[in-house]
Amino acid sequence: MRRSKRGKERLLTLGLYVGLLCGLLFATFPIFWMLSSSFKSNTEIFALPPTVLPKLFTVEAYIAIFTDGQKLRYFFNSYLVAFAVTGLTVFIALLSAYAFSRFRFIGKNSLNTIIISTQTIPPITLLIPFFGMVVSYGLFDTYWALILTYMVFTLPYAILLMTGYLNTLPRDLDEAVAVDGGSSWTALWRVIVPVSLPGIVATSVYTFLLCWNEFLFALTLTKSSDMRTVPIGIQMLMGQHAFEWNEMMAMSVLGSVPLMLVYLFAQKYFLAGMTAGAVK
Amino acid sequence: MSLTQTAPRRVSRKMTRSLIPYVYLSPALIFLALLMMVPMISVILYSFQESAILRPDTTFAGLKHYAEVLGDPIFWASLWHTGYFTAMSVIFHMSIGLAFALMLNSDRINPTLRSVLRVLYILPWLFTAVIIAVIWRLILEPNGVVNSLLMALNIIDTKIEWFSDPSTALHAVTAANIWAGYPLFMVSLLAGLQGIPRDLYEAADIDGASGIQKLAFITIPQLMPIIISISLLDFIWTMHVFPLIWMTTGGGPIYATEVLSTYTYKLAFAQFDMSQAAASSVIILMISLCFTFFYIRHQKAR
Repeated sequence: MRRSKRGKERLLTLGLYVGLLCGLLFATFPIFWMLSSSFKSNTEIFALPPTVLPKLFTVEAYIAIFTDGQKLRYFFNSYLVAFAVTGLTVFIALLSAYAFSRFRFIGKNSLNTIIISTQTIPPITLLIPFFGMVVSYGLFDTYWALILTYMVFTLPYAILLMTGYLNTLPRDLDEAVAVDGGSSWTALWRVIVPVSLPGIVATSVYTFLLCWNEFLFALTLTKSSDMRTVPIGIQMLMGQHAFEWNEMMAMSVLGSVPLMLVYLFAQKYFLAGMTAGAVK
Repeated sequence: MSLTQTAPRRVSRKMTRSLIPYVYLSPALIFLALLMMVPMISVILYSFQESAILRPDTTFAGLKHYAEVLGDPIFWASLWHTGYFTAMSVIFHMSIGLAFALMLNSDRINPTLRSVLRVLYILPWLFTAVIIAVIWRLILEPNGVVNSLLMALNIIDTKIEWFSDPSTALHAVTAANIWAGYPLFMVSLLAGLQGIPRDLYEAADIDGASGIQKLAFITIPQLMPIIISISLLDFIWTMHVFPLIWMTTGGGPIYATEVLSTYTYKLAFAQFDMSQAAASSVIILMISLCFTFFYIRHQKAR
């Protein structure tokens, strides 16, 4: 009796490990294949039978990217737009979140509902009027076209995230400033901001990633290759020479570097930002 | 005398105090009004105009563009593909996410291994849709690794053109999206699992409940609020899919993977029929709003 129960336990544990191994293969195989292919020569990529690890380890694909000014420009554009949007978004969101978290005002509830619902507006619905606006204000094919339109999507989420964070801070902090005769502006910058750094970091990380990943607006609102971002660069690489797979994989690896770094070094903030909308 | 002097000052001070929150809100409000409300109104106006955006002298077209969209069989095909793609994605995201979360939460595996696996299992989340598309195009190439593996195992005997065969293309893009999206569920459910009070399980153990009973009567009901809110959010977001489809099949072959967003995009930027595209995107907005309504009601109820 006892023995059969222990046997069953062992079987369950074994089953669990087999399940975990299958899950691991499912989760990581495509990524492993991308990494491995980026270090192969283009002829080896479709060798039969496929080689798991590159037989001839080569960084030629990476060299091709780093010596191509056009491709480096894509990276520069992506970083520039993402940093600009992140800075602006976090600043504006912080002010709004402060109002939501520390003041009572008429229309607060409906405003909050509007902000929550803007998360679900289809990007394609805004794309057509954005295209019209961007062209008529002469912003087509500029950084501003991307920065302003990205903020429409990053701002509501950032406000919700920051409000959630500020709500966790005790009110005595800023009330102490008020007692000393300081204005709410002083309270915000002297007291709230210094203790809100974790919330600010989580919001920045999330905003940065949204921008880094954006595709539809970058595809439509820019045109010259000098203004293109990394996702569009990868798309163009795919269109131009459909067979430079190793270069495409290397570009993908490099395009994933910011997310990898953030995830490795700021996992807590990454997860806080990515799940806040759903778990909260 | 002094009373009459301070009273109005106090009132005005109160007035300014009540205006302060609006001052803090103003940058965001002005921004969202100009770049969210104005565009929403203009897209609705465009949908009732003849040759919107492209010509300065537009005329009123009535419901003509809506009739064109709703009379287009490709629109209905796109709607069906979007529904299939979204429903399958959400169902599999949820089941895979739940299965992985339960496995990773088990006490049977050693804690170090568990935290390593947790990091590895989240990895698909770190990739942009465009990169996911490129990776899946590589592994599902006719000469790629999946076909050679399946042929080596004698499961298939001819190479399958996953993305260019109309009978497999929709399944292939759905599979890629399932892979890309399960971590949101997994991470949220893992957080949810850690929030379930331990004594519920202890009480169940005393009553002699089996593992499956505990799962069905404690774990799943406790996770239900998270499952519902993430499913709704996932549903809404997956419905808007664009880059993954655009980069793998572009909506082809012969409309086999055309979804609402690629359909609308092509109307606007391949056929340059901005008015009809506006009508189509207003329809998408309406569908999206129905789900948003449920999502907000659920969020408020919690």
